[in-house]
Amino acid sequence: MCTGMSPESNRGEKMISKKCYKIYLIGIGGQGTIKTATIIGEAAMSQGLNVVMSEVHGMAQRGGTVVTEMKIGQAESPLIERNAANLVLAFEPSEILRTLDKIGEQTQVIANSSTIVPFTVSLGISTYPEKKRMLDKLKKEINNFYLIDAEKLAKEAGHLITANIVILGAALAIPGFPISRKIVIESVKKNLPVRMIDINLKALELGYKELFSE
Amino acid sequence: MKIEDILEKKKDEKLFLLGNEAAVRGALEAGITFTSTYPGTPSSEIGNVLAKIAKKAGVYFEFSVNEKVALEVSAAAAASGLRSFVFMKHVGLNVAADAFMSTAYTGVRGGMIILSADDPSMHSSQNEQDNRLFAQMAGVPVLEPANPQEVKDLMHYGVEISEEFQIPVLMRTTTRVSHMRAIVKLGDIKKKNKEGFFEKEENRFNIAPAFARKLRKSLVEKLQQIEEVANNSTVNQIVKECNSKTGVITSGAPYNYVIDVVNENNLQVNILKLGLSYPFPRGLVRKFLDGLERVIIVEEVEPFIEKEVLALIGKEYKKIKVHGKLDDTFPRIYEYNPDIIAESIAKVVNFNLPEQTDKNIDIEPPFRPPVLCPGCPHRSSIYAIKKAVNSLKIRDEDVIYSNDIGCYTLAMQPPYNMADYCICMGSSIGIGSGMAKATKQKVISLIGDSTFFHAGIPPLINAVHNRANIMVVVLDNRITAMTGGQPNPSIPLDGWGEETPVISIEELAKATGAGYVAVINPGNIKKATEIFKEALQYKGVSVVISRSPCIMLKSKEKRPNFQINQEKCTRCQICLKQFNCPAIYKKDDGSIHINELLCTGCGVCVQVCPQKAIEVKK
Repeated sequence: MCTGMSPESNRGEKMISKKCYKIYLIGIGGQGTIKTATIIGEAAMSQGLNVVMSEVHGMAQRGGTVVTEMKIGQAESPLIERNAANLVLAFEPSEILRTLDKIGEQTQVIANSSTIVPFTVSLGISTYPEKKRMLDKLKKEINNFYLIDAEKLAKEAGHLITANIVILGAALAIPGFPISRKIVIESVKKNLPVRMIDINLKALELGYKELFSE
Repeated sequence: MKIEDILEKKKDEKLFLLGNEAAVRGALEAGITFTSTYPGTPSSEIGNVLAKIAKKAGVYFEFSVNEKVALEVSAAAAASGLRSFVFMKHVGLNVAADAFMSTAYTGVRGGMIILSADDPSMHSSQNEQDNRLFAQMAGVPVLEPANPQEVKDLMHYGVEISEEFQIPVLMRTTTRVSHMRAIVKLGDIKKKNKEGFFEKEENRFNIAPAFARKLRKSLVEKLQQIEEVANNSTVNQIVKECNSKTGVITSGAPYNYVIDVVNENNLQVNILKLGLSYPFPRGLVRKFLDGLERVIIVEEVEPFIEKEVLALIGKEYKKIKVHGKLDDTFPRIYEYNPDIIAESIAKVVNFNLPEQTDKNIDIEPPFRPPVLCPGCPHRSSIYAIKKAVNSLKIRDEDVIYSNDIGCYTLAMQPPYNMADYCICMGSSIGIGSGMAKATKQKVISLIGDSTFFHAGIPPLINAVHNRANIMVVVLDNRITAMTGGQPNPSIPLDGWGEETPVISIEELAKATGAGYVAVINPGNIKKATEIFKEALQYKGVSVVISRSPCIMLKSKEKRPNFQINQEKCTRCQICLKQFNCPAIYKKDDGSIHINELLCTGCGVCVQVCPQKAIEVKK
C-alpha cells in the first residue's frame, strides 16, 4: 500500500513533441469565451487529440477581461509562450491590445468588430481607443488579421448571444485549424441547451462562411 | 459534457475535466462518502459539482457556514470511520486553522483529504499564501498534483496514506491546476460505507494538555514513517534521467512548464517531480543529487522545497549549487509561466531563448476591471447609502467604509469608492467597531448575507457589547454570489437543494441587542435612502438588511427592455456617473443609451433619472 499511483497517471514519462496548436481566447466576462473554448476542447478530444486548457473563474467574470488559453496536441501546460499563439480569438476588438505579446509572425487573429466600452470610460478615468485608428493599426501590424461583425451575424442567426459561436465558426475556416468542422458541430450540440441548437448551428455556419469566402 | 458524466462514466472512459471536477471524480473513486466546504475561488466548482451529483452518488455533502465548521464536520466523519473530503480556498484554511492544527494531533480513522486551492498571483484573493507551510506547521502530509488527472489519482492515493497512518492529508492545488481543463482517464468508483460509527477511545479525540503531549509524540513518529513512504513513492519520481550535472526539482503546475520548456528546447537536465512533498523525501532527494553540480528548484509561491534541499546539502556538506527563489534565479513572487521558466533556467543552463518580436502599436486598451453586474441589487444599495450620506452632509473624509469579501467589494471602484478598509471574511464589522472606538468618524460596515453567517455574527455581538457606534448594512442577495451562486442559511435550501429552515438575519441582529434593525428593498431607492438616513443618525449599533435577490437568480425570467428617450434626456449623466450601470453608455456624439444585450430590465435607473427620460422599450 501507499507505493504509488495507477500507471496511467505517470504522465511525466510522456515526452513532448514540439507539435501543438495554441489558441488564445480573450473577451469580457459573460461573452462565452470559456464555453467556446470548452466546445473546441471536447471536439479535440473526440478527434483523438490531447488538449489542455486554462480558464479564469471568480471575480474577473463580472464584466472584466477573461482569458482562456489552450494547447491542442502534445503539451503539458496550457499557458501560451510569447509570440507563440497559432490563433487568437478576440471577442472584443480593444482586447487584442492586451494580447499583443502572444501574437507572432504566423499568428492568425480573428476579432469581433463590436465594441464594449467599460464604465471607466464614461467616468473619464480611462479612454476607449478611436476605433478606426485602432483597427487600421492592428491590420497593419498583424500579418493575418480578420475582422468580423459577430453581433450582426448573431442577430441574423436568431439571437445576439450566439456571437461567440459565430467567432467559433470563423475559426473553423482558418487554414491549419486542427479539428474538423463535423466534430465541432457535434461538440456544439453536446454543450449548448437543446432549444438553442438550431440558432447556434446557424451562427456557426454564418461565421464560417464569413471567413471562408474571403 | 454533462455534469452527471462525472458520476456516470465508467472505468477507462475519458472526460475533459476541470481540475476541480476531477477532484469530485477522484473522491468518488476513492470511496469518499462525506464532503463539506465553504465556497471560495479557485476551489468553488468542486462544491458546485457535488451539489448536483452527491445525493445520487450516495455521498453526504454540505455547504458549511464557514471553513472551520466544514473542516470540523469532515474531521468528525473521518473519526467515525468514513472517508471524508473538505475543500476550500487557501485563505479558508486560515479560518479553519484552529481545527486543522488539532486534527493533525488527533488524527483520523477513515481517510481524510483537506484540499487547499492556493492562488498564486492573487487572481481572486487577498493574498498569496503557500499552504504547504501551513501543513508543515501542523504536521500534515502534502500532495501536489500538476494536472486534473493527478488531482483525481492523488485523491485515492491521499486517502490510502491518510487511512494507513491515521492522519489527515492536505492536497495543495493552485489556480492553474484547479482551473486547468484536460483529458482525464477514469477509474472505478468505489462503493463505501455511508454510515459511520464513532467508537470511543480514551485520550484520542480530546486534546487536553496531558493527552496532547502524547499525541504530539505520535504525530512526529507518523511523519517519520511517512517520509519513508515519500522516499519510495511513485508520485515522487525522476521523470528524466540523462548524463548531465544539472538537476531540476519541481512540483505542481510549474512541473508542466518545466517539461514543456525542456522539450521545446531539448535541454539535457535530470528532472525530479515531487507529488508528495511533505514530509520531505530526503532519501530520494539525496540519491537524485548524487553526482550533480547544480540543482534548479522550480516551485510556486514560497521556497519550500528549496529550503529543504539547502538544509539537506548544508547538513551533509555537499558541494552543489542550489538555484531557486533565494538566489533570484526565479521571481520571488507571483505565479510562473513557460516564459518565466525558460528565462530563469537560461540563467543557469546555456541555451538560446527564442527571439521576441514586438508589435509597433502604441494604443492602450481601456481599463476594464470587473464590475457589479447590470441589475445588481448591491448597486442600488450603495447608491442609496451614498445619497443618505450626502443628504446628511457628512463629508467624505468623515465617513469610513469598512467593506468585506463578496461581490460588493467592487464598490471599491469609482464612482462609489466605498471600501476604505477590507481585509478578510467578516472583518467589516470588527474593523468598523475598532474604527468607531478609535476615531470620531462615522463608520459604515458593508457585509453580504453569506459573509455575515460566515464570520459576521461574533463581531456584531462584540460591537453591541462594547457599545460601538456603527451602521452595519447586510447586503442580502439571497445567495453566495461571487463564487458562482451557492446557497447559505438565509434561504430555505441546503447544498443538496433540500428544504431547510431559514435563519433570519433580522432576528439574529435583534437578538444581539442592536438598537436599530430595519429590512429594506434596495429596489426602492427613495425609501432605502430614508432608512439609511435614520440608521446613520442612530447612536449605537444600527443594522439595515438590504434584501433583494442576485440578478443571476432572476436572469431567466422575462423582463422588459429599457431605453432612453432622447428628447427628454438632458445628458446630466447621473445614470452614467453616479448610478454607473454598465449597461448605460455614452455615444461619441454625447448621447446616452442603454445596451439591450447587457440591460437586465431591473428598472432602477428609471428612479435615478431626474428627467424621467428612461422608459420601457415598446
